[in-house]
Amino acid sequence: MDLYEYQGRDLFDRHGLPVLAGGVATTPEEARAIAERLGGRVVVKAQVKVGGRGKAGGVKLADDPEGAVAHATNILGMDIKGHTVHKVMLTVTADIAEEYYFSYLLDRANRTFLCIASVAGGMEIEQVAEESPDKVAKVAIDASVGVDEAKAREIVAAAGFPAEVADQVVDIAVKLWDSFVSEDATLVEVNPLAKTKSGQVLCLDAKVTLDANATFRHPEHEELVDQAAVDPLEQRAKEKDLNYVKLDGEVGIIGNGAGLVMSTLDVVAYAGEAQGGVKPANFLDIGGGASAAVMANGLEIVLSDPSVKSVFVNVFGGITACDEVANGIVHALTLLEQRGERVTKPLVVRLDGNNAEAGRAILDGAANPLVERVDTMDGAAQRAAELAAAGV
Amino acid sequence: MAIWLTKDSKVIVQGITGSEGSKHTRRMLAAGTHVVGGTNPRKAGQAVDFDGTALPVFATVADAMKETGADVTVIFVPPAFAKAAVIEAVDAEIPLAVVITEGIPVHDTAAFWAYDVSKGSKTRIIGPNCPGIASPGASNAGIIPADITGAGRIGLVSKSGTLTYQLMYELRDIGFSTCVGIGGDPVIGTTHIDALAAFQDDPDTDAIVMIGEIGGDAEERAADFIKANLTKPVVGYIAGFTAPPGKTMGHAGAIISGSSGTADAKKVALEAAGVKVGKTPSETARLMRELMS
Repeated sequence: MDLYEYQGRDLFDRHGLPVLAGGVATTPEEARAIAERLGGRVVVKAQVKVGGRGKAGGVKLADDPEGAVAHATNILGMDIKGHTVHKVMLTVTADIAEEYYFSYLLDRANRTFLCIASVAGGMEIEQVAEESPDKVAKVAIDASVGVDEAKAREIVAAAGFPAEVADQVVDIAVKLWDSFVSEDATLVEVNPLAKTKSGQVLCLDAKVTLDANATFRHPEHEELVDQAAVDPLEQRAKEKDLNYVKLDGEVGIIGNGAGLVMSTLDVVAYAGEAQGGVKPANFLDIGGGASAAVMANGLEIVLSDPSVKSVFVNVFGGITACDEVANGIVHALTLLEQRGERVTKPLVVRLDGNNAEAGRAILDGAANPLVERVDTMDGAAQRAAELAAAGV
Repeated sequence: MAIWLTKDSKVIVQGITGSEGSKHTRRMLAAGTHVVGGTNPRKAGQAVDFDGTALPVFATVADAMKETGADVTVIFVPPAFAKAAVIEAVDAEIPLAVVITEGIPVHDTAAFWAYDVSKGSKTRIIGPNCPGIASPGASNAGIIPADITGAGRIGLVSKSGTLTYQLMYELRDIGFSTCVGIGGDPVIGTTHIDALAAFQDDPDTDAIVMIGEIGGDAEERAADFIKANLTKPVVGYIAGFTAPPGKTMGHAGAIISGSSGTADAKKVALEAAGVKVGKTPSETARLMRELMS
């Protein structure tokens, strides 16, 4: 889960990192109150999870609360690369003398963590790495040791931070590592990490990604989810413990296993190319033990998507036997009828693997006119795409 | 022969008394796996009955190894306890630890991996968030259904469980030496490269199926490795061509970040290494069938 800048700033603040005083507003009036509390000049920054907001006009300087209100009025509701601005953060200003870069992130390839630090900050680190790779220090962090003062000094030396800020950067490096580990983050990035004209080093931006797998030990992280930005279907699926991602096509997809479902999306998209470009409408993995209740919940979510014109249920019976899955589908359709949902969209079902013959016989026996059985994945994808194209 | 898991492997189950652990212990026994016991510190000294086979429960992996000669552990404990379970297995220096558990925080996985490395990597870790490893007809450590296919001469390594089953099923008439599910998390123990190297050295494997998916660059690195080191033919499949960037697709590691981790980049890298990449699972099976005929 990616955090907004203001959430990252709050997280840094809780871990004792030097950040600018500030607050977050959803209305111009709230912005005025924050600007009055902060006093003097303030920066008004659009809160969006996308880069390049400065260029888009989403970051403005205000001399007084009236100016802050004016900027907040303009920025709130603004569209930045497809992201609507619902919140602005206001902070006091800093007289910047130098801009640096500092981050910790997961290094998948080396199965450990990496510190990236540079004295050339304020722009995209990828750009710095391309233009002047010698200015970017990459230091591997041993997950079992972490970052203590000695490791922090190694990083500071590797990146070539000036001597007069070394002690401050060391302190920040240790505290930032502490926040990275104790919050179960996979990324903490400070860009810029700035030296003010008075010589103080401050975290002027905060980019934080948290590990969704660690929510069980951070129940407070749930509150960081921006409910307004969550797709309503994804929200309903989550409440039912379903692994669902909304996409923008017409063929609803239900399958078991993340890899098989990803593969199903691809196969449907290929088949859809010849059908006027119909595409998968969603990712939905109902997991290994697909019971009738889980299947019903999944079908209910997928069928309630108005852009869905046909549904492809693609199940490989591994641990679960296909006869159970077939019963699940039949019962699911009955359950939906009982819940008052009139199912009108065609379903293409492909069952293969464990007890596939028995499963297919159950579907044939139920003879639901909406359910069409196709026994290969490629053939079923083709049929689902045709039905979606016909229903568009 | 096979890689890493043979008919002589003695398997214990960490979490044998839990619902998943006991369900799959029963299945592993039915598949002919030599399961010799399990661990649960609160139930040490007891025995658990599996349809007439009484398996002893030990307090620790070290105790279980001492009493039974176990050389493989399959871990089913919940995410919150998985790190401690793997560290216990590493401390006992068991040669193979298969971590089935899904949902382990990546800091925990990085920590137990670093711990294993610091202890000299005496334990091979497979997973987490994986279906395990199966050498059809010989042994089965994990949750891969044992009755899909019999023994044969194809090796398979995959990030995905159900795609593994799908390919095993499509090629069931040819059969497999070993199928390794390495898992879909961002940090995993055994990689595609480890399995490719082992299959290259395995006299009973003639050709390899490699299944990847979006996220990270493991497939690209595997492609480099294949080009430099493999003489046996490899057929590949990548899932997630139509996945949008920035969205996690089921597996914690299956996410395109910016422009990195795309299926296209992986396919291009594999094809440049001489790997035939199927457009669909069925086409991938067809490519392998042509190779083996």
